[in-house]
Amino acid sequence: MTALLRAEHITKDYTGHRALNRVSLEVPEKSIFGLLGPNGAGKTTLIRIINQIIGPDEGIVYLNNEKLSPRHVRTIGYLPEERGLYKKMKVGEQAEYLARLKGLKGFEARRLLRQWFERFDLLPWWNKKVEELSKGMQQKVQFIITVLHKPQLLIFDEPFTGFDPINVNILKEEIIKLRNEGATIIFSTHNMGSVEELCDHIALINKSEKVLEGDVKSIRKQYASRIYEVEIENLSAPLDRLLDQRFRLLSQEREQEVVKARIQIINKNPANDLLQTLLNESRLLAFKELTPSMNDIFIKQVTGRFPAESAEAADPVQPNGTEK
Amino acid sequence: MTILGPLLMAAIIIVPVLVAQLSDSEYDVAVVDNSDYFIHTFDDRDNVRFTPLATSVDHALNLMHEGLFDAVLHIPEVAFEAPSTLRLFSDRSVNLNAKLLIENLLKLEFESLKLARAGIDEEVLRSVETPINIQAIRIRDDGELITDYPEISMGLGFVSGLLIYIFIFLFGSQVLRGVLEEKTSRIVEIIVSSVRPFQLMIGKVAGVGMVGLTQFLIWIVLTFAIVGVFQIAMPDMFQFTPDERVFVSSSQILSVEEMEQQKEMIQQYDTMAGQLLEGLSAINFPVMILSFIFFFLGGYLLYAALFAAIGSAVDNEADTQQFMLPVTVPLLLSIIMAQMVISNPAGPVAFWLSVIPLTSPVIMMVRIPFGVPYFDLFLSASLLILGFIATTWFAARIYRTGILMYGKKVNYRELWKWIRHA
Repeated sequence: MTALLRAEHITKDYTGHRALNRVSLEVPEKSIFGLLGPNGAGKTTLIRIINQIIGPDEGIVYLNNEKLSPRHVRTIGYLPEERGLYKKMKVGEQAEYLARLKGLKGFEARRLLRQWFERFDLLPWWNKKVEELSKGMQQKVQFIITVLHKPQLLIFDEPFTGFDPINVNILKEEIIKLRNEGATIIFSTHNMGSVEELCDHIALINKSEKVLEGDVKSIRKQYASRIYEVEIENLSAPLDRLLDQRFRLLSQEREQEVVKARIQIINKNPANDLLQTLLNESRLLAFKELTPSMNDIFIKQVTGRFPAESAEAADPVQPNGTEK
Repeated sequence: MTILGPLLMAAIIIVPVLVAQLSDSEYDVAVVDNSDYFIHTFDDRDNVRFTPLATSVDHALNLMHEGLFDAVLHIPEVAFEAPSTLRLFSDRSVNLNAKLLIENLLKLEFESLKLARAGIDEEVLRSVETPINIQAIRIRDDGELITDYPEISMGLGFVSGLLIYIFIFLFGSQVLRGVLEEKTSRIVEIIVSSVRPFQLMIGKVAGVGMVGLTQFLIWIVLTFAIVGVFQIAMPDMFQFTPDERVFVSSSQILSVEEMEQQKEMIQQYDTMAGQLLEGLSAINFPVMILSFIFFFLGGYLLYAALFAAIGSAVDNEADTQQFMLPVTVPLLLSIIMAQMVISNPAGPVAFWLSVIPLTSPVIMMVRIPFGVPYFDLFLSASLLILGFIATTWFAARIYRTGILMYGKKVNYRELWKWIRHA
């Protein structure tokens, strides 16, 4: 998979603090890339650098293997976190104006806008002033403006804030559709729920540094703690006596004949060994590996430990992930 | 504003004329003269009507209370010896114009009486009176002699300086509001992802400047149109009536000689009108208009950049105050110093203020009608160009950081950091 966007060792200093410290990342083509991190981690700074709103103090950004330059503005669509429109200007006029700033011709902008407005039921509002629109409708207009010029790279900074759940879903569908049509999407958020749903790849930024990058599946695999949840009955002996040093019993509870237990496999021993042991000594009802959610990984990376209520809270062993 | 502006401007011209006519209602003054010296001198003039009454003051006052008169002038017996005993009674506060007119009449009358008593002939006195009006002549660099009319230059200079002052303020604050609107509505980040912040700022300044210029032209045209319509509708209103000089003589009938004198006066007014025309033609209008446009644009660009920087640095209009001061002070200073510059348009104060870019747009316009050496003009113009390049450069650095900065109370030290680090 080729990278559409490549950032190399980006550093940005503001007076008094470093917003980004040698951050490098690669955004694969035609994927949804989640840029994650807590508030103030430096996500917006990085996004502004990609948009050439501000320049990095060090480092280079490549788009399509070319050094980022002003002409790339037309191949990027950007929906900022803090967004607004001219309140006194008419919706249609304003959308056309902003589209022309991105290099579209007037008639073409109007044609495309009609289609999009039609799709989002905004057509009757074309000649209304922006201040007459509801917040949700304004958000839709902003979304249309962002994607109208069919940019290769779309950047959404916290796109779901301010949307109601129905519109969040519409937006998610649109984002996936855009990806399927060939767009590459960078999508910054601290809302992990949407990450697992949408993102193919992620990078996690914390305290101005990138702490994690990769595709979602393999990251979760890296963070797999090799803890299995099992349900068994008809045990030949108490569970702790059945398990040898290859396994560690984390917890168990008994509900009549059924025992629910969490067992961790030590070292690189195959999961099949555990399965074999259990099959020999009991009747197996359920066997499932517990994988951490992106939310857990996020919190683990930011705070240094998994959240207390998560499955892995009891696990003292470092995940075998590739932390830097 | 496009329509309202010229209406207001026209009103400024028309309303005073209308008001002046309204206040021209008759003012009736009853004169109770116990001294018997003056009663014949009170001719009606300037809408003040005098009625001599041969009654007591109390009776006259009663008549006034009944509404027959607006005021009662009492001249006691001893008035000639003790003028401070003169009294003007009125139910309402005294009409100031009438009071001044009466004072003037009595003063002249007292004087001629006193002269007569001292044995000085009025003829002699009149021959002594010598009107003096020196013709100021300026020798131009090319040796040509030009009659100077400082009064006209003064008026022209002050008006054009004032216009520049008003425009800079008007359009400058429009730039400020525009930048602030883009910032507070948060559209600015969408736009700067398409154009560079510097382009956005320059675009705003240029755009408002052009809107301003268009609006200004519409104003001028419409104002003249509205005033013109009024002039056609009410031609009497705008007739130029020269201020009559108060002539007092002991006899009510004008002598032939006096008739001559009046004619002479009318002629003098004619020549004054001629002088006005001549004075205007002495002004170098192409230079005047070109410099007006240049100094207007230069001054606007210089200040608009500063206004844009202020708009970008704050979050709301209330916070603009602390940064407005250093921008408004030089502007205010220039309009205050304009009076001083007018009285000595070639002096050192005038020179320096018309060369320093922050004050030069207003002060240079004040100086130009008096004639300015080309060196001064060239120096001022070059410094103004450098000036607005400098303010634009500074403003751009503040702007670039400011427009994306929210919720931070900004002070001057912070601004300086932005300028250094941007």
